[in-house]
Amino acid sequence: MNTELLGIIASFAITLVIAVPLGKYLANVFAGEKTWTDFLKPFESIIYKLSGINPKEQMTWKQHLKAMLTINSVWLVYGFFVLMYQDKLPLNPDGNAGMSPDLSFNTIISFVVNCNLQHYSGESGLTYFTQQFVIMFLHFTSAATGIAAAVVFFKAFRDKTTTTLGNFWEFFVKSITRLLLPLSLIVGLILAFNGTPTSYEGKDQFISLQGDTVNVSRGPAAGMIAVKHLGTNGGGWFGVNSAHPLENPSYLTNMVEVISQMIIPIAMVLAFGYFIRKRKFAWTIFGVMTIGMFMLLIPTIMSELGGNPAIEKLGISQTIGAMEGKEVRFGPAASAYWSTVTTIISTGSVNSMHDSGMPLSGLWQLLGMMINSFYGGCGVGILNYFIYLIIAVFISGLMVGRTPEFLGHKVEAREVKIAAIITLLSPLLILAGTAIASFVFGSYGDADWAVKPANWLNNPSFHGFSEMLYEMTSSNANNGSGFEGLGDNNIFWNISTGIVLFLGRFLPIIGPIAIAGLLGAKKYIPASAGTLKTDTKTFALMTFAVILVLNALSYFPALALGPLAEYFTMIGLRE
Amino acid sequence: MKKYILQSIRLTLVLMVLLCILYPLTLAFAGKFSKGEGSGEKVTKNGKTVGYALIGQSFTNPEYFWGRPSAVGYNAAGSGGSNKGPSNPDYLQQVSDRVDTLLKYHPYLKKSQIPSDMVTASGSGLDPNISLEGAKIQIKRVAEYRKLDKKQVEKLVEENTEKPLLGLFGPSALNVLKLNLALDELKR
Amino acid sequence: MKSQSNKLFEPALVQTALKQSFVKLDPRVMIKNPVMFTVEIGTLVMAYVTFYSISNTGQGSALYNFFIFLVLFLTLLFANFAEAIAEARGKAQADSLRKTREETPAKLILADGTIKQVSSSQIKKGDIFICETGDTIPTDGEIVEGIATIDESAITGESAPVIREAGGDKSSVTGGTKVLSDEIKVMVSTSLGESFLDKMIALVEGASRQKTPNEIALTILLASFTLVFIIVCITLKPFADYANTPITIAALISLFVCLIPTTIGGLLSAIGIAGMDRALRANVITKSGKAVETAGDIDVLLLDKTGTITIGNRKATQFYPSKGIPREVFIKLCLLSSIPDDTPEGKSIVELANQLLPIGAVSSSEKEGMDFIKFTAETRSSGVKLSNGNQILKGASDAMRNITQKAGFNFPEDTAEEVKKISSNGGTPLVVTENAVVMGVIELQDIIKPGISERFERLRKMGVKTVMVTGDNPLTAKFIAEKAGVDDFIAEAKPEDKMNYIKAEQQQGKLVAMMGDGTNDAPALAQADVGVAMNSGTQAAKEAGNMVDLDNDPTKLIEIVEIGKQLLITRGTLTTFSIANDVAKYFAIVPALFIASIPALQSLNIMGLNSPESAILSAVIFNAIIIPILIPLALKGVAYKPIGATALLRQNLLIYGIGGVVAPFIGIKLIDLVVGLFI
Repeated sequence: MNTELLGIIASFAITLVIAVPLGKYLANVFAGEKTWTDFLKPFESIIYKLSGINPKEQMTWKQHLKAMLTINSVWLVYGFFVLMYQDKLPLNPDGNAGMSPDLSFNTIISFVVNCNLQHYSGESGLTYFTQQFVIMFLHFTSAATGIAAAVVFFKAFRDKTTTTLGNFWEFFVKSITRLLLPLSLIVGLILAFNGTPTSYEGKDQFISLQGDTVNVSRGPAAGMIAVKHLGTNGGGWFGVNSAHPLENPSYLTNMVEVISQMIIPIAMVLAFGYFIRKRKFAWTIFGVMTIGMFMLLIPTIMSELGGNPAIEKLGISQTIGAMEGKEVRFGPAASAYWSTVTTIISTGSVNSMHDSGMPLSGLWQLLGMMINSFYGGCGVGILNYFIYLIIAVFISGLMVGRTPEFLGHKVEAREVKIAAIITLLSPLLILAGTAIASFVFGSYGDADWAVKPANWLNNPSFHGFSEMLYEMTSSNANNGSGFEGLGDNNIFWNISTGIVLFLGRFLPIIGPIAIAGLLGAKKYIPASAGTLKTDTKTFALMTFAVILVLNALSYFPALALGPLAEYFTMIGLRE
Repeated sequence: MKKYILQSIRLTLVLMVLLCILYPLTLAFAGKFSKGEGSGEKVTKNGKTVGYALIGQSFTNPEYFWGRPSAVGYNAAGSGGSNKGPSNPDYLQQVSDRVDTLLKYHPYLKKSQIPSDMVTASGSGLDPNISLEGAKIQIKRVAEYRKLDKKQVEKLVEENTEKPLLGLFGPSALNVLKLNLALDELKR
Repeated sequence: MKSQSNKLFEPALVQTALKQSFVKLDPRVMIKNPVMFTVEIGTLVMAYVTFYSISNTGQGSALYNFFIFLVLFLTLLFANFAEAIAEARGKAQADSLRKTREETPAKLILADGTIKQVSSSQIKKGDIFICETGDTIPTDGEIVEGIATIDESAITGESAPVIREAGGDKSSVTGGTKVLSDEIKVMVSTSLGESFLDKMIALVEGASRQKTPNEIALTILLASFTLVFIIVCITLKPFADYANTPITIAALISLFVCLIPTTIGGLLSAIGIAGMDRALRANVITKSGKAVETAGDIDVLLLDKTGTITIGNRKATQFYPSKGIPREVFIKLCLLSSIPDDTPEGKSIVELANQLLPIGAVSSSEKEGMDFIKFTAETRSSGVKLSNGNQILKGASDAMRNITQKAGFNFPEDTAEEVKKISSNGGTPLVVTENAVVMGVIELQDIIKPGISERFERLRKMGVKTVMVTGDNPLTAKFIAEKAGVDDFIAEAKPEDKMNYIKAEQQQGKLVAMMGDGTNDAPALAQADVGVAMNSGTQAAKEAGNMVDLDNDPTKLIEIVEIGKQLLITRGTLTTFSIANDVAKYFAIVPALFIASIPALQSLNIMGLNSPESAILSAVIFNAIIIPILIPLALKGVAYKPIGATALLRQNLLIYGIGGVVAPFIGIKLIDLVVGLFI
């Protein structure tokens, strides 16, 4: 078998081998049951003590949200100013400048919300201090925020009826001490010993074999790259992210990075099953997500391996596949696999330039981000999936002749209202955002901004439209990858995506937690023969249909004008 | 609310010590024992640094194997791909020009023999590798310019081919810098 | 109910409904249905565009715009018609019930005791009227004096007359029924216009129709889908500008109307009304739509044993003579004791004995001159005194034991044994004595209604647990419960036991339904999530429950549960169908919108529709006519099958989900073939 495809299969297989036991472990950690990492308890006690936290204090869902929003606000304020004045702070060996207020606004929101959309380039846009004290710090904490939020959601369904949902700080701290930090150390070490720099040395200069003078950016990147993937963050040290040879030196590191971004999202799904003692339900969810992933992955691999028909028309062999924007050491198959993984999960790191991918690959990437819950981001993936579940439960509950219930709790107008708002949010942000951008591009091309709107697009026509659509979609999904040809470091994109990022993060956390909190407090109804079972293949199919239909209906026209129009036009060229 | 604010600030500070100081310093310490001592593995020729093993560099001299086109001219202080869309007419023109250049230097080639990596820009702009096919089409030219036996160069290419991981996973590739270094060694 | 009609569209009703379809165009009415309200706005915009395009260019031809306007207008009318026809049917049903009670003369008893003939429409709550043999009772009320046999067939269709008397649980009379014998004085219990029927008519007519919680939730969901499509359509304009593709307002509005869930939006209230109407056709008056909906969710059903699970009366099934008594002699005694006894038990003894005895075993002389000893609560036995002076008594074993022992005889061991055995088998033992000597025991058994256990099986498959409530001792109760196939029973039940049972089940989160008639059932009826009061029950019971069963048929609950489920299923399946339709509509309209400037998108026109104009028109037409096509389904409801939730979901998903995707592809293509001939 083709070694490129074998590499993908191995990557996914190893992912599962790690994620399954990790899921069980996480359930135990958060349920407070015995685990082998309990030796860290005294260490955690010190953290709680220093922070003035009593981890035994029970919170309601509202208190959880308050705690979460408070600490996120602290990071927003802190990071905004540090990024703006990074040039005045230590650890800046390359003498990089401070950020403009709009870029700082965009960047700090982007990292607090676990999106990591980057409108700057790491080599020149940040200092070693901000890379570590803002970016890497938030890599840990934003991921832990998502995981903690998911655990609150788990907690609501563990007991029959409950209003106390544990302690947010405890979930948050444990996410770091028991999960992110230990795994980051392991992955960081693997990267360090495979070529990723760890030292604080600044830029180097040498004279190349051919006699050119070359400057090389470096920096303590390994630790950040490890958690960037584990926490589904995606914001890289270098501008081109994991396509950079120092950030992702070899096929081995590529496998490590692509595996590490997937394990926690999958483990969280399985942890849900262990935690609420309904393993079959979690496996059903996992099944839907996995089938969804393969439905996006397989055509992506096919279109990338198939190569660019327009170049083929020039007479150039496409046996290797489409190589624009890709690295030889990964090849098109692993790049396609990565691009699917990074878009269905909200990582957003890239090992190839999505902008240069085939039109249909772009379509699947966009769809992956629009759905945003085929595994999805750390913790938040399952929260997003929950919204689809509620809608599926509601409609199929009706179809079997019972007022709908989820895990023994009646789903009524209030819950549906919240789910409806969250469902509405994504099309609103993505479509309205893209519409405004299209309008500005068309009508105010000469606006005096850092990048004139007329110069935003690196590509004309349908592909240019896709660039704008992708940017908004990525922001809403808190993904962070981009069709990077877009000239996005200017006040329009910095502010607009900043707002989309913010709403696209917090409302989809608040909504599901509120629903879970409301449901959890309701009377528990034991299942009967008339109760719709949510762990069956039929219900899984229903959920899948809901996900597909909702997204297709919301985005079909936009997708038709972007990637589909480009694809069919290109196919037309071939004939 | 006030309680949460205070707790948030204190927790943030505590975690900074852990995550932004202790964690990266641990890795920095461990990195000292890696090949490049944590600063990137360097390649030397005659005791002088001529590049980084992982970072591709520009080769335009016909005596060397060429790397892939780079959107940033192999500027390792930055990085970047072309971000050209697959149907962009300007881009297709650019590719077409690259093909012409290649054909100019390799008149023995048929268009269909050119692998796509040799006419498309890499994602990072710093791709250190080319495909096996990409190297093979250049053998004749390099041998001619260096006045070497074609067989000798062929052997060198074979020796420098990095096989898939464990022979099972991923594509084969050649590190252009290492290949050219070996070429220089050969001449001497 | 005789006026029941199974025809969906009776001409008279259709006429009313057609008129109402226009009346309901009033935006103040429409706004209650957000989905259709947006269609109305779209229609108005198209009206404007049509006028605009008469004298201006750029928005397509006026004729084409007019057609789009027309189809949208029809869409509105169809949706209104669906609601109106459902209302009309429900109202007609209720009216026919009400008609019988209007214009009936009432003999009002005035304060001075004189009787005055007035029309039933003039009597008020608290008035007392008198009804004699042959009178029709003018309105609902409680008997305050007297006892009468009453023919309730006008209401219930049951021809057997019933007895109603003052005091107790059988004191309630219904307007429209007829007094067959005797004379009663009745106090009016409800004012005119406030009877349950009046309330129900109001519910059906919409004035006081409140959306049920589930309907509200569904409306919210549909409204949010509508909002999504508003966003999709508004943003399409700048997208199209970017792609240099002008989009006409007609195309944009057509796309919007096609996408929003007009099918379910148009049929939603019709489905709800039809649910109440179906209940009414089953002779059940519901006091709110919510009650019907809740019925679909019932987890536990409390049923009285007598009359529901067993036919009201016990029957003799065996004779067990005491030791030393010849069987034939014993049977003969039993027969003699029961000849003058006209209770059902007595009759059944005679019947069985006649079967077992050879013809002529009892001479006619033996039958002559006997005196019947009536059953009294004190003696708890009945019997005969034969002409030869012998006294044969039959009765409960403890009563008979008293008599025997008082007379100085022993109660035979083997009979005592038999008595125990009969009890544990769910039977009732009747001990027979001749001159205070125990001769043997008759076994009476409850007869379980034929077909009842199948109904319980059906309920079990629906996920409903059945509970039998009986005054019997636990042993008997258990036996009958097992035989009838109920899941649980409450034996030796007192009214508060029902209440406690309901509360306990509700504590576990279950929904409980029960049926009751007596005043002492009222608290339990009120406590139950679905309380069905029998129409023959007391006013208190009827007030406490949320449904009234005109047939006084205790098995009606099963039907009610199914009606409730049907209601929800119809909503769910039509929602699914409506949303699934959108897939095809996209494939019709999106290529049509862009094909002019992006010819490559012709590939998306997988239906191969004629032209952009015909594609859009066909989609809109399909969208409109699917509403009237589905009206019968909305009114009749999607059938419920107790095959388990998952199987049911699979089946409905297949029919309405996959069907919903496929149907419009075919429908739009066919319409396009026709439309293509003209455009």
